[in-house]
Amino acid sequence: MLSVRDLHAAYGNIHVLRGVAFEIAGGEIATILGRNGSGRSTTCKAVMGLLPPLRGQVLLGGVDLAGRESHDIARAGLGYVPEERLIFTTLTVEENLIMGQKPAKSGAARWSMDELYDLFPRLRERRNIRAGFLSGGEQQMLTMFRTLLGNPSAILIDEPTEGLAPKIVDVVGEAILEMKRRGLAVVLMEQKLSMAMKVTDTVLVMGHGQIVFAGSPQAFEADPGIRRQWLEVA
Amino acid sequence: MDAFLVALLNGLVYGLLVFMVSAGLTLVFGMMGVLNFAHASFYMLGAYAAFLSGRYIGFWGGLIVATLAVGLVGLFSERLLLRKVRSFGHTQELLLTYGLFFVLEELVKLLFGPTPVAYRVPDELRFTAFTIGNSQFPFFRLLMGATALLMFFGTYAALRFTRIGLIVRAAVERPQMVSALGHNVPIVFSGLFAVGSALAGLAGAVAGMYYPTSPAMAHELGSIVFVVVVIGGLGSLNGALAASLLIGVMTSFAVGVESTFGDLFRALGLGGLALPGLEAVQFSSIAGVLPYALMLLVLLWRPAGFAGNRA
Ligand SMILES: Nc1ncnc2c1ncn2[C@@H]1O[C@H](COP(=O)(O)OP(=O)(O)O)[C@@H](O)[C@H]1O
Ligand SMILES: [Mg+2]
Repeated sequence: MLSVRDLHAAYGNIHVLRGVAFEIAGGEIATILGRNGSGRSTTCKAVMGLLPPLRGQVLLGGVDLAGRESHDIARAGLGYVPEERLIFTTLTVEENLIMGQKPAKSGAARWSMDELYDLFPRLRERRNIRAGFLSGGEQQMLTMFRTLLGNPSAILIDEPTEGLAPKIVDVVGEAILEMKRRGLAVVLMEQKLSMAMKVTDTVLVMGHGQIVFAGSPQAFEADPGIRRQWLEVA
Repeated sequence: MDAFLVALLNGLVYGLLVFMVSAGLTLVFGMMGVLNFAHASFYMLGAYAAFLSGRYIGFWGGLIVATLAVGLVGLFSERLLLRKVRSFGHTQELLLTYGLFFVLEELVKLLFGPTPVAYRVPDELRFTAFTIGNSQFPFFRLLMGATALLMFFGTYAALRFTRIGLIVRAAVERPQMVSALGHNVPIVFSGLFAVGSALAGLAGAVAGMYYPTSPAMAHELGSIVFVVVVIGGLGSLNGALAASLLIGVMTSFAVGVESTFGDLFRALGLGGLALPGLEAVQFSSIAGVLPYALMLLVLLWRPAGFAGNRA
């Protein structure tokens, strides 16, 4: 479904990604873990075309999207939920959602505004207020829903639970499971293991601009050396 | 009282003219952040385009052709010129459009000469709308004002209530995110630039009939429209309208006052203080400076302009 191969990207002459590679099928969740600054957000941007990759492939359903413009990549069925959330603060909640709407490619799950509101009714209550007034958790749900309304077949979600209260983290987790149920390929970027460990099918660990570990959550748990070397702060 | 009303009306109409040209710049500079110094040149081109085409297809046809033609000129300027320098920053943009300003002016001089051409209000529209005291108010000035208001409501509604307007508002705030949601932002911005230019063209086509259509047209409004967009608050159509009307009315009243600074100082009991240089200066002669003085004041007091909500 989504297959990233030998992806390289740089900010000016700072070479951040040095051959990132992973693969994920529809209906699967993969979590990329890594220390702060390990290149997870950069991976999202390079895959999405927001930072044009220097080299490599981004295959979605067999089509190579690497090097295309971002709007093309989104139209091909790749969704992106940025770490900074990037909601449109001057638009209303509902206008934010409308911004995400686009036709589904054949075979992709379809989402409607109503069913998303049902998943998180607080957004329905607030649909006519400016999105800038939402709380952090509400903004997180809004960004995810905005992207889902574009009916993507694969979605990259960058640190969705950062700074959120435990209660809302559960709601985010629920929404992610719903994406899996509907057959999306979900790539989560996380720092902490907590929520991700409960939902993920695969754990990927990033270090030195590459994926240095890939395996099941059990395999990851069974190998404390990985955690020590790539995740804990010395 | 009559004189007051007349000055007020003249000011409002002039303000609406300024707004017509500023409306497009609000989109181009205020919203997209493109420092298009040649915006008023598009206004001038509009007048000439309507003058040329109007001879064959009549007044109303001329307005439409001028609007579309200048919109196309804007589209090509953006795609072939501005887009190329955009990534190098505002300085390059400014230099490029500054150059464009002079190229267009010289081009028009070459084709039509340096003096005004005979672009006139058509006979069927030359009548008096109403009379105040002994001044007649021509119908055509009403038509200019109505065009400006139509432009305001049309642009406002397009931004507020259409899907493309929504995409524009979102793209102004976060262009990258709008791309990542699948919208072609460069195309949207080219379209917005074309619409902004077309509005300037329409303004020229309407105003050029009443005011002289000459290569100097661009100079006359070139900097004032930037003042309007800055005073009004970048990207705010309401702000631009308010600022235009204020500048129009202020200028109109200043021009009408026949006193000098000497009179002012004497009225304040400061006759002896009056500086010899200022003594004989008429208020009316500073009318042209007022908008810039207003801009300084507004920027000091409210750096984001009337409608600006930037921190
Ligand atoms: N806009 C940028 N310009 C230059 N360097 C950047 C930029 N964004 C991130 N970096 C650098 O790239 C590296 C990877 O950052 P990032 O992808 O944000 O990591 P993560 O998301 O894993 O915390 C870091 O060293 C960071 O300092
Ligand atoms: Mg990050």
